[in-house]
Amino acid sequence: MPKDHGIGASPKRREDVRFLSGTGNYTDDINVSGQAYVHFLRSDVAHGRITSINTEAAAAMPGVLKIFTGADFEGVGGIPCGWQVTDRHGEPMQEPAHPVLAQGKVRYVGDQIAAVVAETLEQARDAAEAIEVDLEELPAVVDMKAALADGATKVHDDLTSNLCYDWGFVEENKPAVDAAFEAAAHVTTLELRNNRLVANPMEPRVAIGDFNRGTGDSTLYTTSQNPHVIRLLMGAFVLGIPEHKLRVVAPDVGGGFGTKIFHYAEEAFCTFAAKALNRAVKWTSTRSEAFISDAHGRDHVTKIELALDAENNFTAIRTDTHANMGAYLSTFAPSVPTWLHGTLMAGNYKTPLIYVNVKAVFTNTVPVDAYRGAGRPEATYQLERVIDKAARELGVDPIALRRQNFITEFPYATPVAVEYDTGDYHGTMDALEKIADFSGFEARRKESEARGKLRGLGVNCYIEACGIAPSNLVGQLGARAGLYESATVRVNATGGLVVMTGSHSHGQGHETSFPQVIAEMIGIDESMVEIEHGDTDKAPMGMGTYGSRSLAVGGSAMVRATEKIIAKTKKIAAHLLEAAEADIELKDGTFSVAGTDKSVAWGDVTLAAYVPHNYPLEDIEPGLEETAFYDPANFTYPSGAYACEVEVDPETGKVTIEAFSAADDFGNVVNPMIVDGQVHGGIGQGIGQALLENAAYDENGQLLSASYMDYAMPRASDVPFYSVDHSSQTPCTHNPLGVKGCGEAGAIGSPPAVVNAVVDALQSGGHKVDHVDMPVSPSRVWAAMNA
Amino acid sequence: MSQVTMTVNGKQMSGDAEGRTLLSQFLRETLGLTGTHVGCDTSQCGACVVHVDGVAVKSCTMLAMEADGADVSTIEGQAAADGTLNALQQAFQDHHGLQCGFCTPGMIMSAADLLKANPKPTEAEVRHHLEGNICRCTGYHNIVKAIMAASGQDVSSIAAE
Repeated sequence: MPKDHGIGASPKRREDVRFLSGTGNYTDDINVSGQAYVHFLRSDVAHGRITSINTEAAAAMPGVLKIFTGADFEGVGGIPCGWQVTDRHGEPMQEPAHPVLAQGKVRYVGDQIAAVVAETLEQARDAAEAIEVDLEELPAVVDMKAALADGATKVHDDLTSNLCYDWGFVEENKPAVDAAFEAAAHVTTLELRNNRLVANPMEPRVAIGDFNRGTGDSTLYTTSQNPHVIRLLMGAFVLGIPEHKLRVVAPDVGGGFGTKIFHYAEEAFCTFAAKALNRAVKWTSTRSEAFISDAHGRDHVTKIELALDAENNFTAIRTDTHANMGAYLSTFAPSVPTWLHGTLMAGNYKTPLIYVNVKAVFTNTVPVDAYRGAGRPEATYQLERVIDKAARELGVDPIALRRQNFITEFPYATPVAVEYDTGDYHGTMDALEKIADFSGFEARRKESEARGKLRGLGVNCYIEACGIAPSNLVGQLGARAGLYESATVRVNATGGLVVMTGSHSHGQGHETSFPQVIAEMIGIDESMVEIEHGDTDKAPMGMGTYGSRSLAVGGSAMVRATEKIIAKTKKIAAHLLEAAEADIELKDGTFSVAGTDKSVAWGDVTLAAYVPHNYPLEDIEPGLEETAFYDPANFTYPSGAYACEVEVDPETGKVTIEAFSAADDFGNVVNPMIVDGQVHGGIGQGIGQALLENAAYDENGQLLSASYMDYAMPRASDVPFYSVDHSSQTPCTHNPLGVKGCGEAGAIGSPPAVVNAVVDALQSGGHKVDHVDMPVSPSRVWAAMNA
Repeated sequence: MSQVTMTVNGKQMSGDAEGRTLLSQFLRETLGLTGTHVGCDTSQCGACVVHVDGVAVKSCTMLAMEADGADVSTIEGQAAADGTLNALQQAFQDHHGLQCGFCTPGMIMSAADLLKANPKPTEAEVRHHLEGNICRCTGYHNIVKAIMAASGQDVSSIAAE
């Protein structure tokens, strides 16, 4: 029987009540007394030199308070990048300046030229139209390979070229990898593109800057996945505001998917302008603005080669990737194609030799950074596509080829610098075979064929590195931050707990799942535990929510803080019960003395901590509040096996998803309902990437798919019900909960399954098609079939 | 600026609106009913769906002045006076039909419109009806399940919690 509370139960989400009744508190719902509004004038050309900006007429328009341009930000810091990659020659990456408002040049459609602050948003918009900007348009660099050609126009005049870095991993392995390819019995090669995406959380970004002249304190309300990170980056690197004078609040946030990790210019602008004008300044992005100002994701062009011996064992992998950085380096951008991609190229397989080369390239496009999965979907997609192609070339079953090469012994040190602690790849594949009903596939294919449709089955595995991340490791790899998490647990006199965490919930349900853990540790009702997040004035520090890290890292910090609470309450209980501390047991919210009937309730002990009339004051302080920082010892390694069945209409090339099954190993699971929901959502986004979504630029750097009229978001009728399973559980060995993280799995694991299925369907119809690039649109499928 | 008056969730409310003020903006900014959300500017996402004179409308496609004198109902008016969720809202909670909650008001208002016209919709009918409501979190699985459950259909055979 399923548990009804604690770890492993699926209580209804407590946050739902406010979201279902229209009483959530999203950033745009906040209005600060006396606030003004800002509208950004954005570049409509991809590359140009600003020769003059005349704001005179605009500044005289009704309601205008001030018009800011780049000149107002001279002497102010630029938007910092949080990660420095070292290239294969030992040199640091090229790192351009990233001004809050354009200085001299615009570098992508959407780059902010000026900001109009007015009494109303309409007045700000109207005045922006009256700003006269003279731009000398320059050739735009859009294609990555063209950007690296000799004589290419440079995005940044002060850099030596458009190459951010040329990274080799592991560089010392290259000769051995090349030799393995020379000796291979078979080599499969595949060239593919991981399509550029826009994350598109349904809530557009919002920033409200506020300043209190009386105290000198600044406050920023923002749609962020990590308010403490914004406080650090903006305070220390852009505006020079120390942490104790800057509060960052990220209240209810309507989805993030990575794109709300980063520190954006609009946040710095609103905070800066609020101080300059002594007025709160609010910015609410429109969706059209979001398409040209939110960091995009993916956009890798890759050639992958897989070497096999005569027994079909994988002997080596070699990859060559061009990764688009866009015009500037967003917060985590350099780490995505390197440490979140190259380190995952072993996948679930014991390939002994791997070499990954990545050239990161500046182009006149929106900056590109982490989007759900971030580097790991790119690694998984190329690996699982090339394995499928190899199986077809060799005439072997693609599942059998995978199983033959699975890693089966743990811990396993890969040739790409990470050590998997646990996993059971046969276990997840076995679970998949059950839920996906492989044995009935041929009958379903015949039924489709009878209706004139081609049916395909695609399978793939994935591994990801989550629980980001051990600070000492990422520090060596170029991170400019530690990636621990903190938690403060405050126990009130009457026994209720408030847990203040640096993790942020923007759909993940932390307010429900985190209390399940804490309540179980103490043996009290979950309703006695409240989670506070999203405010730098509450939790002491935090690195936020991304990289499937909240429970693995943030949850572990909460466990550690709660352990300190329990240790202190045991001391108090021992005093009250006149027993030795070592004899005190805590169970079901009651402290008892082992082997006796003496006991005292949780609430009596917490009350004693605040009313210390009978209290060991000589040994411990009154009060009951503890803080812990948790820095993980390793990444966590969730894994799984996914299957997709598609039907292709040979008349039109249209692909429909007939079934999708996902078998995951997330280690221990705290709330199965929420975990399944995370997987559903990830699969929905992965199907979106595989079938529908594409951020397409023309050769002039104009974004062609810049609204929901052109960028095809998955809708309810594009997807089926999913079949998901997380029964295969190998607990993480190095965090106290044994959890691995589940937020990104669906988006990582699903695109290759879809494309493998489409190729399988086409092959079944006699079409010699090895690959179709994502999104697998009707026109691309039709063209492939009729090539 | 003109004064616009409408009945919202059974209460008469008034405020000033420009000719270009959208109903969504009027509800959020003038009347302070921030449960109605704005997720796009091309009338695609459906986060702003409300009912105007009993018909589901994307409130970003309607001017506030066009709703002068109308009977408007929004997400804030769906639960009972004591806060008890209605059957559709409750089904969304029971079946985890929401994550970040941003598209949810539009989903609820749109689904209510479907169930009024079609009290026992099939899965395909639910999915078709939601064409104008985008959710980025749930992959739609639990939204479709919740709406079917709210219509009294047995959803226990649909995979996963």
